[in-house]
Amino acid sequence: MIVPRLTSDISVWSSDNLPSSTCYRAGTLVDVNAGWRTVRPVINAGLCKGCYRCYLHCPDGTIRMESGKASVDYDFCKGCGICARICSFGCISMEVER
Amino acid sequence: MSGPTAKTITEDEYFYGHKACAGCGGALAVRIALKVLGRRAVAVLPAGCMSAVGFNFPNLCFANNAIISTFAGTASMMTGIEAGLKARGLSDYTVVGFAGDGGTADIGLQALSGCIDRNDDVIYICYDNEAYMNTGTQKSSLTPFGASTTTTPAGSIVRGNTREKKDLLRIVAAHGIPYAATASVGYLDDYMMKVEKASRIRGTKFIHVLAPCPTGWGARTDMTVELARKAVDTGLWRLEEFENGEFRLNRGMSDPAGIRDYIRSQKRFAHLTDEDIAHIERFRDARWKDDAQGRSERGL
Repeated sequence: MIVPRLTSDISVWSSDNLPSSTCYRAGTLVDVNAGWRTVRPVINAGLCKGCYRCYLHCPDGTIRMESGKASVDYDFCKGCGICARICSFGCISMEVER
Repeated sequence: MSGPTAKTITEDEYFYGHKACAGCGGALAVRIALKVLGRRAVAVLPAGCMSAVGFNFPNLCFANNAIISTFAGTASMMTGIEAGLKARGLSDYTVVGFAGDGGTADIGLQALSGCIDRNDDVIYICYDNEAYMNTGTQKSSLTPFGASTTTTPAGSIVRGNTREKKDLLRIVAAHGIPYAATASVGYLDDYMMKVEKASRIRGTKFIHVLAPCPTGWGARTDMTVELARKAVDTGLWRLEEFENGEFRLNRGMSDPAGIRDYIRSQKRFAHLTDEDIAHIERFRDARWKDDAQGRSERGL
């Protein structure tokens, strides 16, 4: 499965990994978006019917379907709440980050 | 024939970790289109929200090939990329562009017109958040009547934007384009069907997708999809296709009275009076009526 992931191999910039042109490796991520969030979606897996609606509508693509259940990549979720609103089964609640 | 669904599109994510605002409709439109087109899509993004949030070096949030173009040159760059890929003997690729409403209907219109005229084999997707959101909400020619923006501020005399939203679909269709459509992030099945259909047609394809912007519209971040749906249900945004020289309406106006709720839930319309809303309603109704008359005259 192709998903841009956090890379650790460029924590130090040197002549070896600085781009020599305006092109660079696709799908390179060096920091997360978790700090943007004031609320987080919490999925009650027992109620999840695996309908894919939250997965489809997430602007950040942070919801994965694993064994028919939705789960959230909290590194990149921004807490917009679209998933909780679109869920027909009320299995996603938005909880305040502490 | 049934179109792609959430379960049939790839689980790969080609637009991930980007810095778009929470609840961004434009990011959703880009993400879903790339999931339909797959990893052989080569994306062109002009100056605008999606390039600003996708390419913050060293964060490069596109997992497929993607490049930033000049603001006015989205379609020109697509033409060049398509010619280059063809010249190198490659096949099984899709050249796709994602430009905003300003980058398409104002600044990039000339390049788009030239591209359609040459009938280059590309898909041009305009994600329409109804103003120049990346630079702080300036009016574009796709900003709707009454919206307050930083260049059309609402005051005691002028009620925000005094101009109606440009009918971009008909401008594009007037070129005799092989395929053009409108879509909304509130109806993703319809949008995915149109992107998939466009990928099977040779020549220039154009998709104009409504993509609410919580920041610029002054709406809650969790309302993006619902607003995009309401815009369609209330008849303010119409889902249409233009193919073989004919327009086809994909969906009727299911909730004409919901227009008040739609407008009242957005800060950009907060200053509008009931009379202003009645004006918007009249304009909408005239447009639908014109369309019905036009269709009957064409014998459809």
